[in-house]
Amino acid sequence: MPTDAKPGRVQRAPEGFLTQQQIAAVQSGRRDFLRGAFVAASAAVAGTAIAQPLRGSDFKGESEILELPEHTKGLGQPVAARGYGSPSQFEQNLQRRESPGLTRVSAASVSFAPLQALFGIITPNGLHFERHHQGWWDIDPSKHRLMVMGMVKQPKVYTMDDLMRLPSVSRMHFIECGANTGMEWGNVAVPTVQYTHGMLSCCEYTGVLLSTLLDDCGFDRKNGKFILAEGADGSSMTRTISMDRALDDVMVAWAMNGEMLRPENGYPIRLVAPGLQGVSWVKWLRRIEVGDQPWATKDETLHYVDLMPDGVHRQYSSIQECKSVITTPSGGQTILDKGFHNVTGLAWSGRGRIKRVDVSFDGGRNWRTARLENPEMPKCLRRFNIDWVWNGAPAILQSRAIDETGYVQPKINQLRAVRGSRSIYHNNAIQSWKVAETGEVSNVQVY
Amino acid sequence: MSRFTERWIPAFAGMTATLALLAWVPAYAGMTTAGQYPGIGRTATPAEIAAWDIDVRPDFKGLPPGSGSVAKGQEVWEAKCASCHGTFGESNEVFQPIVGGTTAADIKAGRVKSLVTGGEARTTLMKLSTISTLWDYINRAMPWTAPKSLTTEEVYAVVAYILNLGDIVPADFVLSDKNIADVQQKLPNRNGVSRAHGLWDLKATPDVKNTACMSRCETDVTLASALPEYARDSHGDLAAQQRAIGPGRGEPPANGTPKVAAAALSPAAALAKERACVACHGIDKRIVGPAFNEIAAKYRGDSGAEAKLVEKVKQGGSGNWGSIPMPANPDLAETDVRTLVKWILAGSK
Repeated sequence: MPTDAKPGRVQRAPEGFLTQQQIAAVQSGRRDFLRGAFVAASAAVAGTAIAQPLRGSDFKGESEILELPEHTKGLGQPVAARGYGSPSQFEQNLQRRESPGLTRVSAASVSFAPLQALFGIITPNGLHFERHHQGWWDIDPSKHRLMVMGMVKQPKVYTMDDLMRLPSVSRMHFIECGANTGMEWGNVAVPTVQYTHGMLSCCEYTGVLLSTLLDDCGFDRKNGKFILAEGADGSSMTRTISMDRALDDVMVAWAMNGEMLRPENGYPIRLVAPGLQGVSWVKWLRRIEVGDQPWATKDETLHYVDLMPDGVHRQYSSIQECKSVITTPSGGQTILDKGFHNVTGLAWSGRGRIKRVDVSFDGGRNWRTARLENPEMPKCLRRFNIDWVWNGAPAILQSRAIDETGYVQPKINQLRAVRGSRSIYHNNAIQSWKVAETGEVSNVQVY
Repeated sequence: MSRFTERWIPAFAGMTATLALLAWVPAYAGMTTAGQYPGIGRTATPAEIAAWDIDVRPDFKGLPPGSGSVAKGQEVWEAKCASCHGTFGESNEVFQPIVGGTTAADIKAGRVKSLVTGGEARTTLMKLSTISTLWDYINRAMPWTAPKSLTTEEVYAVVAYILNLGDIVPADFVLSDKNIADVQQKLPNRNGVSRAHGLWDLKATPDVKNTACMSRCETDVTLASALPEYARDSHGDLAAQQRAIGPGRGEPPANGTPKVAAAALSPAAALAKERACVACHGIDKRIVGPAFNEIAAKYRGDSGAEAKLVEKVKQGGSGNWGSIPMPANPDLAETDVRTLVKWILAGSK
């Protein structure tokens, strides 16, 4: 690790913030206000953390330390003042957000999780991304039913009370929309990791394995090759899943991170289909049908299909391939200081475990292997970290994940060479973030 | 279902394990489970299964018998579909267009040629490979604000109308469960799909291969794309979307004047958004319907306007603002309708 890089705050030149009037003043020889302009510019860049005045020999210490704040001298809030807690008032910038212009109807839209500010691998329930096809509902669980029918010996109806008596499992998995990063198939389209990769979340889901329910109903093991999952919303969202996957690790889940699912995520039950794109994770699940053929539902025939250069649509494309992204620093941020930084991000694969993540700081010329955090779990996010001392020079940051099958996350031009650029779905390309001398980080594509 | 009819249910309700021994009714041995988890779940009745088993497969399993004409479809379309999809299925305002982009040659070949070359919008008929998909989705999810309200005849008719708009069937056509398989053979993109790829079958090979080179990998790093300057602020004030502490903070808007956070919506405005009114009506611009401000201007000084518009929102209507009708909103509560109408007439603030 180079140690010659001195810590220092990098700010944009104040000239960049001058008005025409001020520029005229400079040109006429008046420069006395420049100091003030610099402070204003610094404040604009640094947000709430206004740059400290330069510390001279008379520096006694920071006022934050020398003057005792109110919270150290007064009585704080009592327990349970907020029966169901909420984040600090200082964290309110972190919200699920829509990408303007992405869809025209908010009930058939998507909101993105703020990956740029999350830690570890678990997505807080209130920030889990949303995608609805005909609006969300808060369904009374006492009136909700799950029916398992089709090629089964005994078609059955389960109440929530029934389901929650069954043997349950709790497992951590990522969920990613098939269209995540889809806006970038053609060109860079959005500024931050929230919008490039935020249709991604990861939670501990609790529920009953689908295989338990299928066994309980005596499904046709010989001819039952597929299941259809159907939701209870207006669109009665439907999705075919092959039986081998359904029996592997698919579950009917009622809980997410220790609490019941949120309505936006399918309360009271949803399907959890690890490794498959989010549209397969049917929310407000009401029905499972066993059949001998795929159903070719709307979202396996008209949408969530991948248009290849020869004009053929790939159907049922649903496995989320190995992918990673650096979340800090990432697009739309400004690196405030030179010196040491922990560069961190997320890696995942729909085919199993993440085995390695490499990071490049020079646009892919050279790579270093990052530290992987535990746990190492299949079809689950994995956090990576790597040391970086930024000396203030321009850089291009990339991460490249490798999963347990040996698959190496591809570059965007490698993907385009096979799939063209009209595909919309399943863009798992290496993401590039450009760091400018000013510290500004922006979204770029690199060949 | 063959040996189990509704009239058996009461007789079976009180019976338990003894019936399980009868080989010809193993599935319905009592209303509780005979499986591994005693007392959990119960047998679904035929009526329950019929109520929910609405899916239709490409081999037409699940398709109810019935029929509908193109002419009838046009009536249904204009009343219930055109408000979002345009009179000829061409509207791109709310959803992607349904009709367009296919040719007679495509119908013959079963492959849509413009999908190979074209960069234009992809319509439903350009992508549709199985006619059951269209039938199923209209039946389960349309109209947008009142899913599952169409009769079987109406679903057949609307599908027939769409097919006619795409020149796949003639104007005097009647689509039915008997001839739907023949229509399938005319779909312009019936041969345009593939399932042989590694994103569906776990055992298949991934289509793209990268190698994990570690040093001196790229000799020439080309910056292929970056966010254009004009789009930099299209997602708002990025500084306000970051944590206020830590090593990096968001960039303020390029012009140096941070955008004021959007003011909270008024309850009525929130209601309009929640009930998807704003999908068709802008506050001050037309989408498929008139702008709310246009409506307010038209009825200014009209003391009967509120009552008239309340009815209109509830019942739907057409003719005042062009050919595209306003759908009925039977699921909107009376108080909500009043709130919305008052809000519109008062200028939609």
